[in-house]
Amino acid sequence: MTMVYDEALEKFEPVLGLETHVELGTKSKMFCGCKTAFGAPANTQVCPTCLALPGSLPVANETAIESTIRIGLALNCSIAEWCRFARKNYFYPDMPKNYQISQYDEPLCFDGYVDVEVDGRTVRIEIERVHLEEDTGKSTHVGGATGRIHGADYSIVDYNRAGIPLVEIVTKPIPGTDRMAPEVARAYVTELREIMRSLGVSDVRMEEGSLRCDVNVSLMPRGSSEWGTRTETKNVNSLRSVERAVRSEIERQAGILSEGGKIIQETRHFHEDTGTTTSGRSKEEAQDYRYFPEPDLVPIAPDPAWVAELKAALPELPSVKRKRLQSEWGLSDLDMAAMHNADAIDLVEATVAAGAPAADARKWWMGELARRANESGIALADLPITPEQIARVTELVASGALNDKLAREVLEGVLAGEGSPDEVVERRGLQIVNDEGELLVMIDEVLAANADAAEKVRSGKIAAVGALVGGVMKASRGKADAARARALILEKLGVSE
Amino acid sequence: MSAITRDEVAHLARLSRLALTDDELDHYATQLDAIIESVAKVAEVAAEDVPPSSHALPLKNVFRADEVRQSLTPEQALSGAPAVEDDRFRVPRILGEEA
Repeated sequence: MTMVYDEALEKFEPVLGLETHVELGTKSKMFCGCKTAFGAPANTQVCPTCLALPGSLPVANETAIESTIRIGLALNCSIAEWCRFARKNYFYPDMPKNYQISQYDEPLCFDGYVDVEVDGRTVRIEIERVHLEEDTGKSTHVGGATGRIHGADYSIVDYNRAGIPLVEIVTKPIPGTDRMAPEVARAYVTELREIMRSLGVSDVRMEEGSLRCDVNVSLMPRGSSEWGTRTETKNVNSLRSVERAVRSEIERQAGILSEGGKIIQETRHFHEDTGTTTSGRSKEEAQDYRYFPEPDLVPIAPDPAWVAELKAALPELPSVKRKRLQSEWGLSDLDMAAMHNADAIDLVEATVAAGAPAADARKWWMGELARRANESGIALADLPITPEQIARVTELVASGALNDKLAREVLEGVLAGEGSPDEVVERRGLQIVNDEGELLVMIDEVLAANADAAEKVRSGKIAAVGALVGGVMKASRGKADAARARALILEKLGVSE
Repeated sequence: MSAITRDEVAHLARLSRLALTDDELDHYATQLDAIIESVAKVAEVAAEDVPPSSHALPLKNVFRADEVRQSLTPEQALSGAPAVEDDRFRVPRILGEEA
């Protein structure tokens, strides 16, 4: 039986560990010149080297080495003065060589850290290592009811992904997160994703697998300092899932432990639909990968001058940038955190860069657009509208050509694929009515139709003018300038404020 | 004391998915033992100041520029495959019934 989260946390303390894989966005693969495009037809991006045909030899991609060092530097790691690739031997058809070229006891980067913020508290996550390896091919399991490897009759393999450079980032065990463990795990992966983006080394799309996360969780009884047996949950393919997987494992393990059971060290699979994990292949039989130095590749000894150059050229890191923007935009911690959680900071920044005032840019992205993204169940950045278009809409509002209501209609048109903001204004006829004659005609009609309200205003109940202005706005289908309409109505009724 | 036991040879054979008979295990255990002992002689002459080497060539930092080269066509890539389905390599069941 699982235990409810609060009770589990009363009895146990979680220790986390996260292994994150990042597919680098190089043009060619790690050890050969094949393309790395996502979603290409099966086995169109393969060659003798990544198919392990006899006589082929790997040569390391310099950009991949450089990107890995930059990632290490951004994570405050030391960079190895000398290191080697290693063969990880295993019998599984996702690698045609029957081994994966990886790094073992000599990672390119080691001993770093990254600070993440959760609920206003800064948590330092220590990085054990950052190493470079090659991604595996993609297997599809045929037969059986589930499409999973268990019960399949046979499998078919596409090696397009085999050999794409893959960086593995491993944390040291993370104790002391207490009941914040799920949020800390999520914040860490979010931060990594943003760091990768700012470095421009990967497109870090979790849904396409270019950012993947394995979550290790163990529990120890409160007051104990001896860590429990951990499980490793794979298949965690969204930020939300990272959080849910940690939570679900804490509840499951607490249930077993409090009934006197033992945790089995194993790989578990996360299921998006239920939010729970199930047992994968048991790790009871320790894997024997027979690592040894890769004889086909010579050692890497990054020139310290090169490393210093890469360090000096690192971009402004996301945490630093957030602090700077917060002060430039004059936002509270809470507002900034909300924008961060909504993944809106880069969008707002780009909108400001396109000429919009920060407050307007934030208002649209965090209001109307966040609502629409939420309704469609997509990320803010995936809305079919650009920061430049938002900036144009704010410009039209500022110039008096649009009011807020019309601006919302313009956004709706742009989102519906009707063209640029100016085209939508043109096609939908969304200009504010500036023609005073037209406005006066509408006012006459509204006054005639609402004689009671008009009489009230005449007799001094100025508050009643609201209904009349509302009538004009309705008659103009929102296109009238409300303040101007109000002034004209009062003038016509001979009332002054 | 032998350098490699018969059990270790059996373990390696299993990891390599090699089905060896009892006779073959005896045979290879003896042969591998002789090979390992011969190689171990190198360790006897290696002094403390000689680090273990993994590469015969005194080279480091051999890289290629990140440039795309022509790949094979799927027909070429799959031409040597024992079985093909849907432009993919078809492989036997990965996990046995017991897994």
